[in-house]
Amino acid sequence: MTKDDCKKLVIDIISDIAPDEDLSAIKPEIRLRDQLQLDSMDFLDIVMELRKRHGIEVPEADYSHLASLESCAEYLTPKFAAKA
Amino acid sequence: MKQTRIVITGIGLTAPNGNSLPEFRRNLLNGVSGITAVDVRFMGRHPAGMCTFDPLKYQKKKDVRIGTRAGGISIYCAREALADAGVNLEARDRSRVGIYLGITEHGNVETENEVYNISQFKYDTKFWTHHHNPRTVANNPAGEVSLNLGITGPAYTIGAACAAGNMGLIHAAQMLRLGEIDFALGGGVSESPQTFGIFAGFKSQNALAAHADPTKASRPFDKARNGIVISEGGCIYTLERLEDALARGARIHGEIAGYHVNSDATDYVLPNPERQAECVRKAIAHAGMTIEDIDLVNTHATSTPQGDIQECQAIAEVFKARSAPPHINNTKSFIGHAMGAAGALELAGNLPSFEDGVVHPTINVDELDPQCDIPGLVINHPKSGAKIDVILNNSFGMLGINSTLIIKRFAA
Repeated sequence: MTKDDCKKLVIDIISDIAPDEDLSAIKPEIRLRDQLQLDSMDFLDIVMELRKRHGIEVPEADYSHLASLESCAEYLTPKFAAKA
Repeated sequence: MKQTRIVITGIGLTAPNGNSLPEFRRNLLNGVSGITAVDVRFMGRHPAGMCTFDPLKYQKKKDVRIGTRAGGISIYCAREALADAGVNLEARDRSRVGIYLGITEHGNVETENEVYNISQFKYDTKFWTHHHNPRTVANNPAGEVSLNLGITGPAYTIGAACAAGNMGLIHAAQMLRLGEIDFALGGGVSESPQTFGIFAGFKSQNALAAHADPTKASRPFDKARNGIVISEGGCIYTLERLEDALARGARIHGEIAGYHVNSDATDYVLPNPERQAECVRKAIAHAGMTIEDIDLVNTHATSTPQGDIQECQAIAEVFKARSAPPHINNTKSFIGHAMGAAGALELAGNLPSFEDGVVHPTINVDELDPQCDIPGLVINHPKSGAKIDVILNNSFGMLGINSTLIIKRFAA
């Protein structure tokens, strides 16, 4: 899985968590909270969906890695690769 | 003691056969049932009453996702009631607005959904959503309305089984009279068809309706009735002190004339006609009226073999001294049992009688049960030309809670 593939999977999840948001122009390097209406509860939902859909665990200490699309890809791509 | 006069100035509702009062009323007068067959988890298809309002009319998709069906129904009804009342809350002190919503139950739907969800993951609770607690707290429906409308006054639910819809209005009137608030949203709400447990519970009790034609399944007073049709719905009223309503030139749908709430203290499930009759009598006395003043009685009857007979006995006993009986009808024959919303919805369906002089019928009575054959029943066809000035609305619930609410035509 490439980082771009990983970003697509994360965007799929965000589109369900924040269905009113326009996700077509997300800037990968900008914090998601700074460009979308996402709060801490939404990030818990993202963590849950990663667990449900992909069997990936994100420990609380690592939540900061989910800050931006870029950091998500950086952090999650090896986890997806380990699952493959 | 002279009581502060409380009036209804707005009505917002969603019923299985109507998403506004005009649509609901039109279908009640035209004999249009709102009951359909739905798939119930683990149980197959059963008749139920589902609402078709657009949840996105007043909520974002994300709020619908996070919130509950009861919350969404409540928000729709509250917003519609405010629109009907012509009230813009942003121009008011929202700390002086109260929200009081009757519920039969809340949280079963969300809990069942989560148990089902984790069953897909070998019951590992790490898949249990963090939304569970805010969704299942008993104040959820009222709390979602407060969030949606920015209302910072008291917002809570009143758990009173199927007597709850009346209780929302009664409690709102009480709080207005106490001066605790200046404006109220009161009524009832139900999301019950989303939970299989309520269907299964009634089925195990031999009290769940079954009929090949779902529109015929809810048939109070008919000899072939065989149980309850479970429905969702909501009805919320705006209530104000009369002087406040007059000062802003509000349209007044009716005035709270009197009410009473009591308890059977006899059984978990079975009703007690003696206490029901007492509830009706005390509500009439509270209104400063006599039995001669009641023009229309909207029954609670849920289409169960025993419950319908017992309510008929109670009503016949209360009104036996009258030379001409009041009109008596039933709204559940159209919409099923909307649980916490029932009392509020059924009252709303009858309030237009003040203006149009028509009593909506009880439908689906192919053969009237002789034990329900009490004077005044309006069956299968609406009755026109009725002068309706006072409506008495019954709602009774499990654990033996009874509520009777009397609304009269407003006259200055």
